[in-house]
Amino acid sequence: MKLTINGEEHEVQADTLAELLQYLEFEGDWLATAVNGELVQKAERADRRLQDSDRIEVLSPMQGG
Amino acid sequence: MPLFYGTEIRSRLLLGTARYPSPAVLAEAVRRSRTDIVTVSLRRETAGGRQGGAFFELIRELGVRVLPNTAGCHSVAEAVLTAKMARDVFETDWIKLEVIGHQDTLQPDVFGLVEGAGILTGEGFEVFPYTTDDLVVAERLLEAGCKVLMPWCAPIGSAMGPQNMQGLRAMRAEFPDVPLIVDAGIGRPSHATTVMELGYDAVLLNTAVAGAADPAAMAEAFAMAIDAGYAAHGAGMLEPRDMAVPSTPVIGKAVFS
Repeated sequence: MKLTINGEEHEVQADTLAELLQYLEFEGDWLATAVNGELVQKAERADRRLQDSDRIEVLSPMQGG
Repeated sequence: MPLFYGTEIRSRLLLGTARYPSPAVLAEAVRRSRTDIVTVSLRRETAGGRQGGAFFELIRELGVRVLPNTAGCHSVAEAVLTAKMARDVFETDWIKLEVIGHQDTLQPDVFGLVEGAGILTGEGFEVFPYTTDDLVVAERLLEAGCKVLMPWCAPIGSAMGPQNMQGLRAMRAEFPDVPLIVDAGIGRPSHATTVMELGYDAVLLNTAVAGAADPAAMAEAFAMAIDAGYAAHGAGMLEPRDMAVPSTPVIGKAVFS
């Protein structure tokens, strides 16, 4: 399945967003996720099923003004 | 102390966390500024990356309240999604809403700002809008549900200081009961004193502190300057006059010739 993760295309097998994060070693309770421009809250990741050509954003805290 | 959405603030200085030479310098600047609110942001994490985690821990250890921003967002959709993602991470309804409209000046897109503020307040956010000193826009933001306004005094990071004193004065006069925070454009402590003397409630700084040769010392200087401006406003200042007025009474002065 082809997914766009943080703007880069990846060929991965993952049924859910939680599985994808685990596969790519995204860890930590500080991550924020969105699929196709919609927020997926931490608690919803295990239930959020992925489809071919989904666009996924994984963000984390950084310095800001 | 001012109330931001019902929360009483201990310090009238809000500090940005970007552009410091090191995390240790940032931590020291936060301590010496005596702030209890810092701004933070969200960026793409790399797979297996831990950068965000280290910063998240640092902020937790500082024990301050966070005000996440939507910096760098140029569309309403982008800003709204970033705000929602920030709420999921930082577990706060506060959001510093930035919708940038101009590439060179980073001037807010005030039309997008009003639209975004309406959407976010409708979803339970407490919006701190980064805006201009335009009174009509300010009114629209209040109508959209904002209970704090954050006008710029000059472009972000420019260090120019207040460019439109009349505009800032008018905004204070127009909205006497709305907490007003000058956000962006401050370069020196004297700039911060100046806007506080106008009766502003607080100042949000980043580059002026982070870019100083000694950021922690500058953070302390700003804290004192903001306190001075606030106290001066409360004390009632003299208006300038064209002619000299002797400060020492002349009655009873000896005549020697």
